[in-house]
Amino acid sequence: MNEMPLWEIFIRSQHGLAHKHVGSLHASDAAMAINNARDVYTRRSEGVSIWAVRSTDIVASAPGDKGPLFEPANSKAYRHPTFYDIPDEVGHM
Amino acid sequence: MTADDAATEYLLRLGDNCLILGHRLSEWVGHAPVLEEDLGLANVALDLLGQAQHWLGLAAELEGEGRDADWFAFRRDAGEFRNALLVEQPNGDFAHTMARQLYFDLWHVPLLANLENSMHAGIAGIAAKAHKEARYHLERSGDWVIRLGDGTEESHRRMQEAINELWNFTGELFESDAVEEVLAAEGVAADAGRIAASWRKRLGDILTEATLDLPQENWMRHGGRRGIHSEHLGFLLAEMQFLQRAYPDARW
Amino acid sequence: MYAQMVKTSGDKVKTPDEMTAQERAFQARIDADIKIEPKDWMPESYRKTLIRQISQHAHSEIVGMLPEGNWITRAPTLKRKAILLAKVQDEGGHGLYLYCAAETLGISREEMTEALLCGKAKYSSIFNYPTLTWADIGAVGWLVDGAAIMNQVPLQRCSYGPYSRAMIRVCKEESFHQRQGFDIMMAMVKGSNEQKAMAQDALNRWWWPSLMMFGPSDDTSVHSAQSKQWKIKINSNDELRQKFVDQTVPQADYLGLSVPDPALKWNEDHGHYDFGAIDWDEFFTVIKGHGPCNRERLRARTRAHEEGRWVRDATLAYAAKHADKAHSRPDAWIN
Repeated sequence: MNEMPLWEIFIRSQHGLAHKHVGSLHASDAAMAINNARDVYTRRSEGVSIWAVRSTDIVASAPGDKGPLFEPANSKAYRHPTFYDIPDEVGHM
Repeated sequence: MTADDAATEYLLRLGDNCLILGHRLSEWVGHAPVLEEDLGLANVALDLLGQAQHWLGLAAELEGEGRDADWFAFRRDAGEFRNALLVEQPNGDFAHTMARQLYFDLWHVPLLANLENSMHAGIAGIAAKAHKEARYHLERSGDWVIRLGDGTEESHRRMQEAINELWNFTGELFESDAVEEVLAAEGVAADAGRIAASWRKRLGDILTEATLDLPQENWMRHGGRRGIHSEHLGFLLAEMQFLQRAYPDARW
Repeated sequence: MYAQMVKTSGDKVKTPDEMTAQERAFQARIDADIKIEPKDWMPESYRKTLIRQISQHAHSEIVGMLPEGNWITRAPTLKRKAILLAKVQDEGGHGLYLYCAAETLGISREEMTEALLCGKAKYSSIFNYPTLTWADIGAVGWLVDGAAIMNQVPLQRCSYGPYSRAMIRVCKEESFHQRQGFDIMMAMVKGSNEQKAMAQDALNRWWWPSLMMFGPSDDTSVHSAQSKQWKIKINSNDELRQKFVDQTVPQADYLGLSVPDPALKWNEDHGHYDFGAIDWDEFFTVIKGHGPCNRERLRARTRAHEEGRWVRDATLAYAAKHADKAHSRPDAWIN
């Protein structure tokens, strides 16, 4: 699917604080992700630090207990369908 | 002309450029190619409208006739506007909008950098804030022109067309006249002609990276700062000024 | 509401005996106000219902940019222009947060956009009405945002983490939206006779559609019980609608405007306003696509999407060509 990838955005709003996850957005590359993050999540305020990470690059731990409440097997953060590479031969999924 | 008259005139030029360009960009909101860009364009528009309010407000102060920024924005006819022809051109497609923006931002950034050193404290103050904003605008417009120029065949074609079509409006940005001479002598503003060479060099670098050709035509369109505008400004103002003209005594 | 009549997937609400162990554990978390996060196990019907609800909410924000965006180029002062532009920008931002929240559940923005543009996905009925005067911008901020806030504040506590966090962000930004609308109305009712008449006319046209925003009475909706149990719907439609009327009528009184409802009357016994019957035919007509602006709204969004395709494609092509390049931009051309 020819779609812009999803990025997770982390903002340090003041000196001394750690970056905090504020949400996601779409962008085609890193420069655009940073600029978009500035426009979407800081609305032009100066002096903030922005980290942008492709959502597919995030490796996550499995939620807490091994029991009926966790999705086994993969380490991606979301269920996003385009995270999973379906071979073209399989067709639309 | 007196230094104050020249300064008022100059401030109106600055303010009108920001106002008209900000207005044009605001037309995109709700219609941009991608949602993130609706927000990005709105930010640039908001910055420019803010700058317009400051420049026009200062012009009103200097003029000393009890007018304000709103009066300048909503009660002058097209012949009294001093913006460059470039900024009143219609948005066209996204490539046109970005070409217009790049041409403007490349000029705006060094201009504002100069004005930060103005002997007039009011001008220097406004310019300092505007300069920071303009640098960000230039990052955006430069990035877009490069991406679209070096994107697909279609985007390349559209971007080149836009660069070509708007080229003839760029010369006006560097015109010098008596107003600027008086202000340069007072240390209030710098001559825009002095930034023409570096503007052209930087533009050349960006277009090269964008795999686009720098237009070569020498003839340029003029008239904006003398109030001789293109046909577009009349329509723009008719829309923008309607309420204040239809209800002249109303407060909103 | 921005997400009206969301069809809850699945059958009737299960009793604990009817649930599997997984379902019981899931419900226990919700009952204990422990948030459900994207990779937690969830019933498929919960996931589907949330996708529908969150995306409908997002679509409403995006389409909602159009009736107000209409007046940015005609705003009567520089201050009003900037405020309206900032508000419409916020709405775009809200749509963006919500699309991203929905994406955590396994749907893409492109899929959601296509569903909207082909008419499959709905958006709030209110945005199918035209903004005909500047007073409409005041009325929309005052009434429509007022109604939206009523729904959004409780949703900050909803069970799904990403949705709840998106709503917290939305609510923080929403505070000025209703105030700016009311401020516009105040300026108009204090103004000329023409302005006062404009304000009254706007209230006359926006009042009933605003009441319809809350959706039909809950007894006509079979599935809201499940959504309530899952804590993705917090209050009933009628509750919110009554709260809205009770809050807004005194505001109209303050403005010196009359609410266009001859049956409106303070009920001392119940401590609420009684109000007249809503024309649900109008509501369903609009939902079906036959409201005043349905076509124009979808046409505008379709145009933006299609005319923007070459831009989106270009950015992807550029990114692919320069995948190896580190993010750099020659500072030379900014300084």
